[in-house]
Amino acid sequence: MRILLVEDDAEVGRFVKKGLQEAGHTVEHAANGRDGLFMAAGESFDLLVLDRMLPGGVDGVRLVETLRGQGNHTPVLFLSALGGVDERVKGLKAGGDDYLVKPFAFAELLARVEALGRRPAVDAPATRLKVADLELDLLSRTVTRAGRKIDIQPREFRLLEHLMRHAGQVVTRTMLLEKVWDYHFDPQTNVIDVHVSRLRQKLDKGQEKPLIHTVRNAGYMIRAEP
Amino acid sequence: MPHRRQQHPGPLWRLLSSAGFRFATLFAALFLAAGLGFAGVLWWGTAGTLERQTDSAIRADAQALAERWREAGTDAVIEAIGERLALDADGQALYLLLDPRGQRLAGNLVSLPPGAGEGPAESWHHLTLEHEDEAPGEARLYLLELPGGATLAVGREVSEKQRLRALLTEGLAWAAGAALLFAVLGAWLMRRALERRLTPAVATAALIAGGDLSPRVPLSAHDDEFDRLGASMNTMLDRIAHLMDGVRGVSDAIAHDLRTPIARARNGLEEALLSEDEDPAALRGAIERGIADLDNVTRVFQAVLRIAEVEAGARRAAFAPLDLALLLADAAELYGASAEARGQTLHTGWTAPLNLTGDRDLLLQVVANLLDNAVKFTPPGGNITLSAARDHDQLIIRVADEGPGLTLADRERVGERFFRADQARTTPGSGLGLSLVRAVVQLHGGVLWFENGDGPPDFPGLVVLFRLPAAAAPAV
Repeated sequence: MRILLVEDDAEVGRFVKKGLQEAGHTVEHAANGRDGLFMAAGESFDLLVLDRMLPGGVDGVRLVETLRGQGNHTPVLFLSALGGVDERVKGLKAGGDDYLVKPFAFAELLARVEALGRRPAVDAPATRLKVADLELDLLSRTVTRAGRKIDIQPREFRLLEHLMRHAGQVVTRTMLLEKVWDYHFDPQTNVIDVHVSRLRQKLDKGQEKPLIHTVRNAGYMIRAEP
Repeated sequence: MPHRRQQHPGPLWRLLSSAGFRFATLFAALFLAAGLGFAGVLWWGTAGTLERQTDSAIRADAQALAERWREAGTDAVIEAIGERLALDADGQALYLLLDPRGQRLAGNLVSLPPGAGEGPAESWHHLTLEHEDEAPGEARLYLLELPGGATLAVGREVSEKQRLRALLTEGLAWAAGAALLFAVLGAWLMRRALERRLTPAVATAALIAGGDLSPRVPLSAHDDEFDRLGASMNTMLDRIAHLMDGVRGVSDAIAHDLRTPIARARNGLEEALLSEDEDPAALRGAIERGIADLDNVTRVFQAVLRIAEVEAGARRAAFAPLDLALLLADAAELYGASAEARGQTLHTGWTAPLNLTGDRDLLLQVVANLLDNAVKFTPPGGNITLSAARDHDQLIIRVADEGPGLTLADRERVGERFFRADQARTTPGSGLGLSLVRAVVQLHGGVLWFENGDGPPDFPGLVVLFRLPAAAAPAV
């Protein structure tokens, strides 16, 4: 992916740029809002990673509003030290697609960047999702593995659907909490882990190849290859 | 101090600028005004009565003389006037009899006052008497025209009136002087009394301004305005001291709860840096532990900020109507799995809908924190109950566990930031969960309280209850 990073802190900028490049992305870095807006409007990017507070008279929110005003719908991920709920809502209202509060784990940023950049088309006509011998039917809401029907609860179905829509990508615990349960809160303990391991037991019982993999220090991923 | 206009006020200035002096002066002025009013009424009352009495005496005398004239003629009147003047020892009586041509026939007056005798047959006059050896006096004179054209004037000198006036004036002057004296004395006494009653409060305030929060205003036995002022000052000081304790507690707790993981991270990283063996796995492990410690610091930090945000009421912006039953179901589903993993059973009970207006993320956080605690403190195999009910215009939510419960003393403190009951120190947690619960419940206009469960006395279990105002029930 071609990513524009607009971040005024040199150290954070260098860290994020290096990490994204190592993950195989092309990264352009702008150190202030004016340059960032200039580049975002003039060139084509797959994703913008924006700091909310930027020098140069154009902050992150203004930048996104300007771009959206010009009909530019490149996905935007905000990085911000402003963690208040109002700030988050402001960022998303301005046209941001995701919001990550500093300090953050790079794995979390990378997972969100990849989820945003490869977002499936909104009205995907797909009615079936398939990973290896696991099939998920969105119409009949049934799950089968190797032709055998698996008894699954509604929430587990949504959890599996989310993982399968992002097959091959890391999905973090907070992303699951936000997307599958639709809450923004601190669960204190790893409640998500319990749900994933329960789902995993149902899917992998009696199977040689596990499909749901735990990615150390990051989250979960569903993929065919071990 | 730049605000102070006068640095070294003299004693006179102090007296004049004292509130006591101003009160006393005000009261003295009021007394003086009342006294003057009273004297005025007295003056008009006495002088008026005197005048009326004089007038009726004069009129009766004149009528008697006119009668005499009608019966016995001019000479008899002249004789009667002579007799009366001879009998008048005080020299107050005035008489004058003029014949129709204006010639004086009898009496002690030299002539009629100017302008008299041209009016009607009867008329009243004021005149000033010129005495030969005394000060001039005032007199009332009654003029009566007799049928033959002669004129009779009868009058009385009214010097009593003047004497009375002088007496009253003198009395008033004395009274005013005394009032002034009393005012100054009263001002001084009042200022002293005020100062004596206010000195303790002023001294306490000065001590507190100096940094010592412990002194309180001593109260007298009077239970008067000053004591009420002192008592409310003391209440305010107690509240401030409590808040200061809270702030101090938080900073102590931050010092402990954040310093410890920071120190651990730092030590671990330093040890890895200095260690002789260059085992990459050990180094990696040390770095991962360091990051985990820092993440924990961030979590605690965010929780503290979140509580502050909630307590400031800033999150009311996210309030919306919602059905708590759905939210409880989500929470039960999320944490039911954790309970199950520990061999516990989560029981639920409520009747939908439970409508209210609130912040769904925060309310889920509340239920999540309570369920997380319940799962943490209930032994494996135990039961946890999450239930809710509508009670008139309130919703009561109840989370019961089979853990060790809380002592009464701990229940008082459990909502304080970073407070952890002794038996909880070994379990993971920050001591912030219930602070956030309490803050969120208060933000929603609710109340949080704790009860003991039904277990044995030494392990009773804890029941956490909170009450939230419900939205109006939808029309059926």
